[in-house]
This record gives sequence, structure tokens and C-alpha cells, in this order.
Amino acid sequence: MDVFVAALDIITRWDVILALLIGSVGGVMIGAIPGVGPAVAIAILLPATFGMDPVVGLTLLLGIYGSSLYGGAIPAILVNTPGTAVNALTTYDGYPMTQAGQAPRALGLAFGASFVGGMFSVACLVLMAPVLAKVAPMFGSREIFLAALLGCVMVVVAHRGQALAAGALLFFGIFIHTIGMEANRYTMRFTFDQPWLTQGIDLIVVVLGLFAVSQAFVLLTGPEGGGKVPKLEGSVARSFLEVFRHKRVAAAGSASGTVMGIIPGVGEFVSQFLSYTYARSSSKTPEKFGKGAPEGLVASESANNSVPPAAMVPLLALGIPGEELTAMMLTVFYVHNVIPGPALFQNNMEFVIAIYLSLALLNILALIFLLGATRPLLGVLAIPNRFLGMVILTLSFVGIYSLRNSAIDCMVAGAFGVLGVMLKRLNLPTVPIILGIVLGGIMEEKFRTSLPRIRSLWNWIDRPVAQIIFALICLVVLLHLWALWREWKGRRHGSGQH
Amino acid sequence: MRDQPQKLSELIRPRHHRAEIVFAVVSFMVALFLATQWSSQTTWLEGQRLGRQPGLWPLIAIIGMLAFGTGELIACILRNRRAGGGDAMAEVAHWLRAGEFLGWFLAYVFIVPWLGYLPSTMLFCTLLAFRLGYRGRMLALAPVMGALVVVLFKGLLSVRIPGGALYEFLPRALRNFFVLYL
Repeated sequence: MDVFVAALDIITRWDVILALLIGSVGGVMIGAIPGVGPAVAIAILLPATFGMDPVVGLTLLLGIYGSSLYGGAIPAILVNTPGTAVNALTTYDGYPMTQAGQAPRALGLAFGASFVGGMFSVACLVLMAPVLAKVAPMFGSREIFLAALLGCVMVVVAHRGQALAAGALLFFGIFIHTIGMEANRYTMRFTFDQPWLTQGIDLIVVVLGLFAVSQAFVLLTGPEGGGKVPKLEGSVARSFLEVFRHKRVAAAGSASGTVMGIIPGVGEFVSQFLSYTYARSSSKTPEKFGKGAPEGLVASESANNSVPPAAMVPLLALGIPGEELTAMMLTVFYVHNVIPGPALFQNNMEFVIAIYLSLALLNILALIFLLGATRPLLGVLAIPNRFLGMVILTLSFVGIYSLRNSAIDCMVAGAFGVLGVMLKRLNLPTVPIILGIVLGGIMEEKFRTSLPRIRSLWNWIDRPVAQIIFALICLVVLLHLWALWREWKGRRHGSGQH
Repeated sequence: MRDQPQKLSELIRPRHHRAEIVFAVVSFMVALFLATQWSSQTTWLEGQRLGRQPGLWPLIAIIGMLAFGTGELIACILRNRRAGGGDAMAEVAHWLRAGEFLGWFLAYVFIVPWLGYLPSTMLFCTLLAFRLGYRGRMLALAPVMGALVVVLFKGLLSVRIPGGALYEFLPRALRNFFVLYL
């Protein structure tokens, strides 16, 4: 109880509430603009929070992180363009509902499902906090090394059909992490005698390049778009409660998002896919899915919005990010001198609870804002794409240049921007690069600190938690190989019949 | 941009594009180049176990890049032979078009220390908006937007961007204000 009161003390500070308010409202607006998204916004704003109080800076970015998916549903439903990539599934049933003249109903359902998903996930986290506090100290260097390795394996196998490209990009990320002066023996690695490479390549520069600069380039070289503001007739607030008519689907979607969010490297797409598939297969009218089924909308929105809070579990408990946004949040924590990991749960539980409460609060703030201000918010859809690209490029400069006032950082970010354009246009994932940099760093450090206790290979897994993680790694790899074998067999069978 | 998948399965398994072969070849070549540089770009410490060698993790990374890169290359060749989608050359041309805006961005980066953040941003936004074909109201809006970015980030959020060389020519009081806030 004392911990809870201390957490309340933290989040009831006026500056923290203001940061949450700006973050959640800003996050909704950013999510509603197709082509921006939370990754771009967090990457750009990150350096601006360096000078803020740690809790204020964190809650501001947390607000954007947690509320952008709400806003992303608006263009997905009204103009068939997802505001953020993870709102893509929302277009399947949301847009047909708009075409059928049910736009306010679709929006109300989407906001309701997002709210249920977000709050369900936060409730699970709060209930799990005491368990996590007991489990987290069982993670030593070896366990964290294995958990990071599990994250690497998951990020590769989660990209079905692109596992090879994801693997190559993951190892590229690990390689980027190794560039510069190595911290243990102070020897140089792949610096090619260039002084600017001695400090290595900053994660924030790579993030800004891959997410912000590349998105600016994609928008600047793409079609103009934007300009049309759809009309919205009817009340969104009235349809919000309709989500409770689809309790089973909303609960399944929220549970799917929470579980998938906790597993590093999986994220929103898989959780939505599972949730949507379940909703369709258990529906009395599966033929309506993809043609404006409210259950489909509820399944996708409840699943995607329950991921962000759940993704905070491996981040806070082990210091292991599961996707690009939590990787960025990890940087935010480091910058603000908060080191996520088992010690955080042991020594700073009130901070963890404060983060959970902030996540709950931002869901409430985002919902209130949306129920009252969806109509004026539609104005952001009028911003032309190329103009938006220009704005993002201008903002990217602030983010990169303010780090070290280095033109070289800008050139590096520019190069990663071009790489990001290639990857985005080819539909290849950018997440493995970011996770490779972060998880590579964690693995190298934990590997080194584990070595004094390692006499044989068995020592890596001679403790129960390590054995469980190792078994999970083996299981994931075997399941993936089995799925590949079945696919290959199916294709062979198909071509034989043909 | 193909950001809207046509089928549900494409959400977790996007379509293949023929131009992926270009990416596969380039990434494989990069991995191969890095592999040839490993011995000269890392230090081997005598008498230390492999686990303690500073070059171990770059080696793991390069081997991983090579292994997955080779697999990706073979898979791309097979997929392109089987069917594949899109025009590879048109796609490469699109990537190159991004190079023009990289040039704009770098030009902006290099003029900031000379002209100062506010004038550079306003100039950059105006010229880029003109290049993008905006005229009239949108063109007039571009420098205003640039000024707002400067005021928000440097004036209000106090991000660290030094004053430009041009500010030295301003009267003393105005110069201090410009260096600190604009």
C-alpha cells in the first residue's frame, strides 16, 4: 500500500500530469496523421526531453507511445489509410462500415475496443507486479543473456516469409553495436582509423534515420495525397459502449495482445492476427468479416492497444525491449538515469507502479479527448503528404543535430534514412536492426559478466530460470523449422498435383 | 507506397518484390567486405580465451550476416524465378530519388552553423516547398512552419543548437537573444 501511495505521489505532480496530458493528446493527434506514427514522434522528441525531469520526460513519451494507436484508427476507418502501421487491420472492417454510412459507429467501437484493450493490459500488469517483483531477482547475467537471445530468435521467426532478411538485419544491428572503442579492453573495432567512429554509432541517430528521416523521404518521393477531410455525421460517444456487446471478442483480443506484448520480438501484428482469426472462426457470421463486421474491428483494436502496456514487462523487469518503440523507451530510461532490470523492481517499485498508473491514466485521457474532439481532429487528414515530409525532415534535424551538434551524425542518419526507404518500400522490417543494436549490447555485456562462472557449456543452463528460457528458445526454433517443413511439403504437394 | 496489405495473411507475411534481390546482393557484399576486414579491424589478445576476445562479437555479427545474407540471396533468386512482383529497376530508381532529398537535408545541415538555425530553417522550408511544387498559401506557410519549429524547440524546449556565424554581425543585445533562443 505504501508503494501505491508513493506511486500516486509521483503521478499527481502537476508537471507529470501536464506531460501525460500533452503526451496522450499529442499521441492521438500524431497517430491520426498517416505517415507520422509514434516511432517518428518519439525519436524526434527524445532529445528535447533530455533537459526535463526524468519522470516528466518519460511520461511525455509514454503518453505518445500509449495513445497513438487510438488516433491511428481514425484515418484507417474514415479514409482506408492506417494512421500507424499496426492499424492496417482496422481498415478491413472499419472502412466498409464507413462506406455503409456507419463511420461514427465504427469509430466509437474502435475507441471502445482500444480502451478495453489498454485497460485490460494495465490491469494484468498491476496484478502481475508482485509476481514480477519476486521473479525478476531470479534473473542473473546468464538468464538475461538467454532472455535477450530469446528476443533475437523471436524477432527473426516472427517475420514469417522474411526470416532470412530479418536475421541478416538483426546481425547487421549487432554489428553496428560493436563499432567503436570496446569498453572492456579499450581496443578499436571497425573504426577504419576514423576518429568519429571511436564513440560508435549512436542508437538515437540510427533510430532517427530509420524512422524519421526515411519516413520523410518516403513521403517526399511519394504521391501527394491528403487534402480531403471526410465528413462525420452522428455521435461517436454513443457507439462507444457498444463494445460491451462484444465482450468475448474484446476479452480475447485484449488477452492475445497482452500475452504477445510480453513476449519480446512478437508485437502487434501477430496479436491482431490471432485475435482476428479467433473472432472470425468463432463468429456466427464469419462471411461478414472484411466487409464491415463490428467484431472484426473490436478484435483488431483491442489486440493492438493492449500490446504497449504489456511490452513494458520485459523492458522494466529485464531491461529487454520487444520492439522498436520499447527499444526507444529503453534509451529514454537510460538517458534519464533509470536503469530497467531486476533491480528496478526490487529498489524502485513505486516508480514501476507509477508507470503502470500513467499508462492507465493516458488511456482515460486519450478516450476523453477522442470522444469530445474527433470531429475537429479530422483536420489533420488535410495535411498534404509532401508538406508533411518536409515538416518531418525539418524536425528530424532538431532530433539529430541537438544530440552532439555533429554534421557527421546527420550524414549517418541520412544514410540510414535511405536504407529505411529501401526497407519500407520492399516491406522488409526495420525493427531487427534496432533490436540487434540494443540486444547485441545487452548480450555482449551479460556474456562477459557471466564468463567467470562458466566452466562448461552446462553452466549456462544450470539454474531453473535459465533452463526454462533455453527450453523456450529450443521450442521456438523447432516450431519454426516444423512450420517451414510443413510449408515446403505443402508447396511440393501442390506443385505435384498441378 | 504499399502500406495496405490486400489479404489478412499479408499483415504478418508481406508480398515479395523483385527488387529485394538488389537489397540481398548489396547486404551480402557488405557482409563479405566486413569479413575480409575482421582481422585488421579488431585486436586479437594473446593468451585470452575466445570468449574474452574483443573481436568475438563483431565476428558473430559478421558470420550471422553472411549466413542469413546467403540464405536471403538464394531465396530471392528462387522467388524471382518462380514469380515475383513489381519492376526492380523502377523500384531502384525510386530509391535514388530519395537521394535528392538526402542532398537537401545535408545542405540544410551545413548551412545552419553559418546562417543560424532560424534563417536556415525558414530558407530550407521555403526552397523545399517551392521545389515540391507548392505555390500561394502553402508556400507562404512553409517558412512560418519553419519558424514555429525553431521557436518550439530552441526557444521553448531549449534544445542544444548553437548560434550561426551570421549572428556575430548583429548588435550585442540582439545577438545574445538570437544565440540563446533562435
